[in-house]
Amino acid sequence: MSIDSVFVHKMWNDNELSKMVNGGVPFPMLSDAGGRVGKVFGVFDEDAGVETRGRFIIDPDGAVQGYEVLTPPVGRNVNETLRQVQAFQLVRASKGKEATPSGWKPGKMTLKPGPDLVGNVWKVWKTDMAFD
Amino acid sequence: MGEELEVACARPTGGPVGENPAEPETQETTSVKKEAKSMIHVGKKAPDFVSPAYQQGKFVSVKLSEYLGKWVLLCFYPGDFTFV
Repeated sequence: MSIDSVFVHKMWNDNELSKMVNGGVPFPMLSDAGGRVGKVFGVFDEDAGVETRGRFIIDPDGAVQGYEVLTPPVGRNVNETLRQVQAFQLVRASKGKEATPSGWKPGKMTLKPGPDLVGNVWKVWKTDMAFD
Repeated sequence: MGEELEVACARPTGGPVGENPAEPETQETTSVKKEAKSMIHVGKKAPDFVSPAYQQGKFVSVKLSEYLGKWVLLCFYPGDFTFV
């Protein structure tokens, strides 16, 4: 979503993005004239008149599970976003019985919060697991 | 994919859904007119919105609440022809 019109989105997709992604962008490219939606999400930069780099993970119930907002010069890490979505999906599928500790990625161990885990995380989770 | 929009010269617009209609402006409200505040809190509902969009050769209208039941990644960026 940006403040560009759907016509500009079309030109960008058809003339540039489709050269990077086979078949062009598959998802909707949203237009937010005047930043009205961006203001509600807290990402519209009034001074510059554009949206900042806001990214929101919204679950199947419509609840925001996480967000990240960067100023324009720095791009995002798509892998980290996907990792967070995978973690939220795992937690949701476990109905809250499992949690993903720092550094978790698919295949790494999860924690089962409960009385037995209190004070015992050090036995199952090591600090090097926070890193790749 | 959302409802297809008719192609016309008017630039389609969208906005937040369920916003209170603007109150009649008095002198006080015009001078201290408040900006829309961010309503984002983790674990709480995302504010619904409807927005015109371009998708796979079509101009469509997208409403966030139509994606209930699916995971949604909503990304804002400064402008087309920049990186994301």
